[in-house]
Amino acid sequence: MIGLNHYLIISAALFSLGILCVLTRRNAVNVLMGIELILNAANLNLIAFSKYSAGNIDGQVFAIFIIVVAASEAAVALAIVLSMYRIIRSVNLDRADTLKG
Amino acid sequence: MDNNLLSQIAFYFFAVLTVASAAVVVFARNLIHCAFALLFTFFGVAALYVFLGADFLAATQMVIYVGGILVLILFGIMLTNKLYDVKLKTGKSQFVPAAVIVVVMFAILVFFMLRTSWFQSGSVLSGPTTASIGELLMRDFILPFEVASILLLLALIGAAMIVRRRSE
Repeated sequence: MIGLNHYLIISAALFSLGILCVLTRRNAVNVLMGIELILNAANLNLIAFSKYSAGNIDGQVFAIFIIVVAASEAAVALAIVLSMYRIIRSVNLDRADTLKG
Repeated sequence: MDNNLLSQIAFYFFAVLTVASAAVVVFARNLIHCAFALLFTFFGVAALYVFLGADFLAATQMVIYVGGILVLILFGIMLTNKLYDVKLKTGKSQFVPAAVIVVVMFAILVFFMLRTSWFQSGSVLSGPTTASIGELLMRDFILPFEVASILLLLALIGAAMIVRRRSE
């Protein structure tokens, strides 16, 4: 029988892969993809708990708010990446070290 | 029983699809491959939402993530690479320490998930959820709903402001 733990493990795997993507990738757009993976993992957790643990749909409403925040985050972050590319001609995060002393 | 077995097979298929394509996002060397693997991850998560009875959220996931965020990410890739040289590669750094940290974190997460006896409610959700989500948004969550709409507006204006070309 499929239970709560199955969803929690999938979500933990997605979260870990997202963290790994953020930590190891050096391309700014690729780091954004990792952040999307992390947000999807959080959403999956919320909806799984909403079904199995709470028994109502409040968790789904929270998931909608997370999707809203993810959409605005993607828009603003890509704008920042584009203007970074315009200024330093690269999206390599290690090259954005102007503020390094 | 047959139906149950079939749904279990479908569940494991989508679970493997989700996690495997997420792994491709992390490990592929070509950025375009990463973006299309992310497409399959979003599809798989939407299918898992269907298994959880969240039909409205599955549709929202398809529309916003696949139709919106993925297209934005593809735009980001296209605009920040010179397309005529086919070098859409992305580098990795400090891979081994990061992998060790992530594996330890995953092990801790799964260990405590399996040890905890989560509260299980007896009530079972069934039927379409769209109408009740709308009622909840308009009644109990009206303030967060308005704040979220302001946030979206601000994000759109801010994104346009950041990438605007200064004319002077």
